[in-house]
Amino acid sequence: MFRHLVNPNMIEIQGLSKSFNSHSVLDELSLTINTGETCVVIGRSGCGKSVLLKHIVGILKADRGKLLVDGKEVGKLNQKELNALRLKISMVFQGGALFDSMTVAENVGFGLIEHQHLTRKELLEQVEDALSLVGLCGIGNLMPSELSGGMKKRVALARAICIKPEIILYDEPTTGVDPITADSINELIKSLHDKLKVTSVVVTHDMKSAYKVADRIAMMYQGKIIAEGKAEEIQNTGHPVVHQFINGLAKGPITETLEQFR
Amino acid sequence: MINHFFVILGQKIIAFFYFLGGLANLAFQTVYLSFTPPFKRDDVFEQAKKAGNDSLPIVSLVALFIGLIFALQTAYFMQRIGSEIYIASLVALSVVRELGPVITALVVAGRVGASITAELGSMQVTEQIDALETLATNPVKYLVVPRFLALSLMLPILTLYADIVGILGSYLICVYKLGISSGMYLRVTFDALLNKDLFTGLFKTIFFGMIIALVSCYEGFNVEGGAEGVGRATTKSVVVTFIMIIAADCFFTALFYFIFP
Repeated sequence: MFRHLVNPNMIEIQGLSKSFNSHSVLDELSLTINTGETCVVIGRSGCGKSVLLKHIVGILKADRGKLLVDGKEVGKLNQKELNALRLKISMVFQGGALFDSMTVAENVGFGLIEHQHLTRKELLEQVEDALSLVGLCGIGNLMPSELSGGMKKRVALARAICIKPEIILYDEPTTGVDPITADSINELIKSLHDKLKVTSVVVTHDMKSAYKVADRIAMMYQGKIIAEGKAEEIQNTGHPVVHQFINGLAKGPITETLEQFR
Repeated sequence: MINHFFVILGQKIIAFFYFLGGLANLAFQTVYLSFTPPFKRDDVFEQAKKAGNDSLPIVSLVALFIGLIFALQTAYFMQRIGSEIYIASLVALSVVRELGPVITALVVAGRVGASITAELGSMQVTEQIDALETLATNPVKYLVVPRFLALSLMLPILTLYADIVGILGSYLICVYKLGISSGMYLRVTFDALLNKDLFTGLFKTIFFGMIIALVSCYEGFNVEGGAEGVGRATTKSVVVTFIMIIAADCFFTALFYFIFP
């Protein structure tokens, strides 16, 4: 009955542009992500997918364009409003980005320790809950340097869900882990989506993962979204660039433009 | 050719002002956030303990040697004019006013400053600083403020300690090598030192501490290009801190010369 109160478009991006040292990374990019859906953004390495995520959490500021998260324009918020927004968004970084001077438990509970006044017992419970969700019970006292790459990613995921966010941004969640761990991460993303109804943006170039978790897939190329649709629509695309990318072909329009530059 | 020279020169000048602007910006933010709650006293003490522990052995060693060397070098001339006893006052004044503060600052810059840059730099390249921001935590408040306060607190303490060790070094030479009596040496030392000598010596080290913390954090935050970048930033942070400490020392010496004639 409160459905009309929920903003149907959690993230709205209109004409976003960003360049670094006159090298354009995002070029008039537009994309809308609905509340509660999992949108996978695919694209080649270094095409600016991570840059896009960093704009959504407000770490980077756009040169031009509009970016609305939950109805608020991220670029125009003051520090206090931005922090309030950031507590609704979690980001899972590519390498985990765990704080290596802290234990796993301190990492997972970081957001709670900094922003909520909980007793030690409540804190430990919530940390353990988050860790058990990612299947890593009882490793709270280890240091991040003692973990494997796949475990680091899962701890990073636990840190992201510990603050109970409404949006989770995943930066290449399955890159650099073995296929079994990759699949368990995919399962996890799916179950978070189903159970907690979070809005997710997954940036990846792992097509298997993309097909598995996506409600919708958007392909990013040369700073723009060139195609978007359901997994089947993307799979049966007529777009030559998308076709080359999803099938992983060495020859095609993407590599041809590269050769023109040489 | 000459055109090329001016292009390079222009780029260097722009980079220099960019650096100064960035550093000033960080300094304002740090000072502002140092006085806004929540205050994290434990973090400050932890950083102070780390800085003190790290630099105490090497400060002791360097200060002792400076005392020994300075006594021997002045003895060379003082013996010629037969006034060895003034070695005590000369060493006391130059160590307390100048050598103690600057040597301590340089040692701390090399020992603690470099490790701050390396630490924050590797946090930057592994996206830990971005992660802090996404968890709604200001990296300046969380990382820079404790180090800034800790170093501006620790440097005067370490300097006072270095002063004492330096004078002890010279005492050893004068008493055991030149045969000046222990009581005589100490009396001449304390006669020579005025309150203002101690004050000017220690006061400027607060600023040296701030310089070390700010430059090393700034360089750490601005690392680009992985492990190699961290190495480059660490070297640069030490070099820049050295230059800025010497420049600040020159400024304060001139300032105090006119304030306390």
